[in-house]
Amino acid sequence: MSPFLQGLITICLGVGGCVAYFWVSNLVLDRVIFPARGRDPGRNIARANMVRPWLFLFPALFSVTLYLVYPVVGSFIRSLYNRDGDVFLGFGNYRALWGDDGFRTALLNNFLWVLVVPAGATFFGLIVAQLTDRLKWGAIAKSIIFMPMAISFVGASLIWKFVYANNAQIGLLNAIRAFFGATSPIDPLQIPFWNNFFLMVILIWIQTGFAMVILSAALRGIPEETVEAAVLDGANPFQIFFRIMVPQIWPTIMVVWTTITILTLKIFDIVYASTGGNFGTQILPSYMMQYMFRDDGRATAIAIVIMIVVLPVMIYNIRQARKELD
Amino acid sequence: MAELKLNDVAKSYGPINVLRDIDLDIAEGELIVFVGPSGCGKSTLLRMIAGLEKITGGTLTIDGVRMNDVPPSQRGIAMVFQSYALYPHMSVRDNMAFALKIAKKSRAEIDAAVTRAAKVLQLEDYLDRLPKALSGGQRQRVAIGRAIVRDPKVYLFDEPLSNLDAALRVATRIEIAQLKEAMPNSTMIYVTHDQVEAMTLASRIVVLANKGIAQVGTPLELYETPRNEFVAQFIGSPAMNLMAGEVIETGPETVVCLPEGAGTLATKIPTRPEDKGLQVKVGIRPEDMRPTEDATFAYQGEVEIVEALGEVTQLYFRRGTPEADPVIAKLPGIHTGLRGRSLKITADPAKIHLFANGVSLLHRDA
Ligand SMILES: Nc1ncnc2c1ncn2[C@@H]1O[C@H](COP(=O)(O)OP(=O)(O)OP(=O)(O)O)[C@@H](O)[C@H]1O
Ligand SMILES: [Mg+2]
Repeated sequence: MSPFLQGLITICLGVGGCVAYFWVSNLVLDRVIFPARGRDPGRNIARANMVRPWLFLFPALFSVTLYLVYPVVGSFIRSLYNRDGDVFLGFGNYRALWGDDGFRTALLNNFLWVLVVPAGATFFGLIVAQLTDRLKWGAIAKSIIFMPMAISFVGASLIWKFVYANNAQIGLLNAIRAFFGATSPIDPLQIPFWNNFFLMVILIWIQTGFAMVILSAALRGIPEETVEAAVLDGANPFQIFFRIMVPQIWPTIMVVWTTITILTLKIFDIVYASTGGNFGTQILPSYMMQYMFRDDGRATAIAIVIMIVVLPVMIYNIRQARKELD
Repeated sequence: MAELKLNDVAKSYGPINVLRDIDLDIAEGELIVFVGPSGCGKSTLLRMIAGLEKITGGTLTIDGVRMNDVPPSQRGIAMVFQSYALYPHMSVRDNMAFALKIAKKSRAEIDAAVTRAAKVLQLEDYLDRLPKALSGGQRQRVAIGRAIVRDPKVYLFDEPLSNLDAALRVATRIEIAQLKEAMPNSTMIYVTHDQVEAMTLASRIVVLANKGIAQVGTPLELYETPRNEFVAQFIGSPAMNLMAGEVIETGPETVVCLPEGAGTLATKIPTRPEDKGLQVKVGIRPEDMRPTEDATFAYQGEVEIVEALGEVTQLYFRRGTPEADPVIAKLPGIHTGLRGRSLKITADPAKIHLFANGVSLLHRDA
């Protein structure tokens, strides 16, 4: 069977299945379980209407349970066992993690990432959104800045590996250094501590486009009159931007910030593809990947740690997004 | 505390011309009202005075200083926007204090100015609220307060009351009138769609139409001696009736005949001998009409609609041509049972306007 036909059938089955589910389940509810007849039809109708929302919620609840709740609970239970799952260790895996230098480096690096990347991407996104707003070629500039969003993290890492290449012929950074008279090339990804920041630049480069798009829309939503009123009040462009415009889009800035934070806590590809976690660049997800295949059972424990770290940001993010809706 | 001069001011957006030949002298302490149909450029003119739009032709001077290229904040103006334009993230106090903070005024000075404005506008109890926790009327008062605090030479208002409901509009209008009274030296320019606002607030009204000024004058001047048909119909509600007529007797008192309603009418408008036979439009305000049994009358016709509003009754007369606007008479008191009846109406000779080629015969030599 051709893949096209296969796809078509799948779509038909999926959509048809959904329609059939809602139709049949409602029919059963109204005709069989609580039919609107008998001694007290009004009560039956009321009961049917109490059940009805759950009919509509059921598919979503079911998939959330299957794909979200079960894996989380399952992972947590697994993290209490050894690799083969036959010896119960209690919190042994977590204790082992805490005792491991690699884990602590990864945790520390992860904090650095969380501090730097969301701040950097949001800041640059905001600046770019504002600067390109009134320009004729702003749309083109924006598309170019947005483009990295379409590149996979691994692809982006490869591109930047060229930029950072330990060779003035290939590496942009070393070429610039050579231009200013440096004789021997360096490998930026091997400079202890700072190499972390070189990796963060890659993610900032990717995420600036995302921040820019959202913030640019938010900036457009600011009532023009408030800006004009500020002009009349004598504010200069910086004061208008930081004291009138930014505060008005602050909720959006926070949503962008936390969204990127969550993404940052999950990033592993960039580290994996650039340094493989060597030279002190390990972060939690790549640390987890490292243990996945020579595991003593701790990879799931790391996964749970990551989840716990992400959770508060996530909750804050959802709260903020909700607040913006009203 | 300023006088404004607009000299030949024009505005174009690229090739599109929206205003031209605007000449206007505004004296210190005046309250000038801009009126005109939607899209005629009232806001544009106001924003040019404010400095929010570039002046593309002519000059604007305030107190003798050319303002064309002076940045908005240094023109000594403050503007109140239709949509209030309050800073939503700042409390009422901070909204009012913002301009002074930018100007690096001292704390004490800022507090004093804000307190004073809040007192005048009865906002003392709301100083720490955010704009979203205020009613429309309160928001507009904050916007006015923001202007007052800066103690500007010229106040600009762009339809400040049009977002308020009818009752609040009246109340706020009176507040603005009182505010003006309290600051007799400040110059104000006020854009509105509302006739009553224009008539009650203005020391002079500027009627804008067709990219230019149709007429400038005190409210009563515009009402009593409109320069042209446009102003005649724009000021007053319902609009002035216009009926085709012909001059049949000239002199200090002109007599016109009105073929459509078969009437003949004497007016107090002087004409020259050569005007005999001139085709004119006879204008009579609905409120000047009264029923008559005399031989001279303005219009005779069947009453098609009767609107009894209590204090007045409006009669709509059927016209010969269906596309023509109805002739309207506004009679004081209650009159019922007139529907379907044929009636003669007339007006005081002093209350009749004559227009030739759209221009009032009183103004044709000007
Ligand atoms: N950026 C622009 N480019 C071209 N034409 C414009 C532009 N801005 C305004 N105009 C035109 O200028 C004219 C005057 O607009 P303006 O807003 O001053 O009208 P207005 O008298 O205030 O109307 P309203 O009573 O509806 O507020 C309008 O015909 C409008 O189409
Ligand atoms: Mg306007």
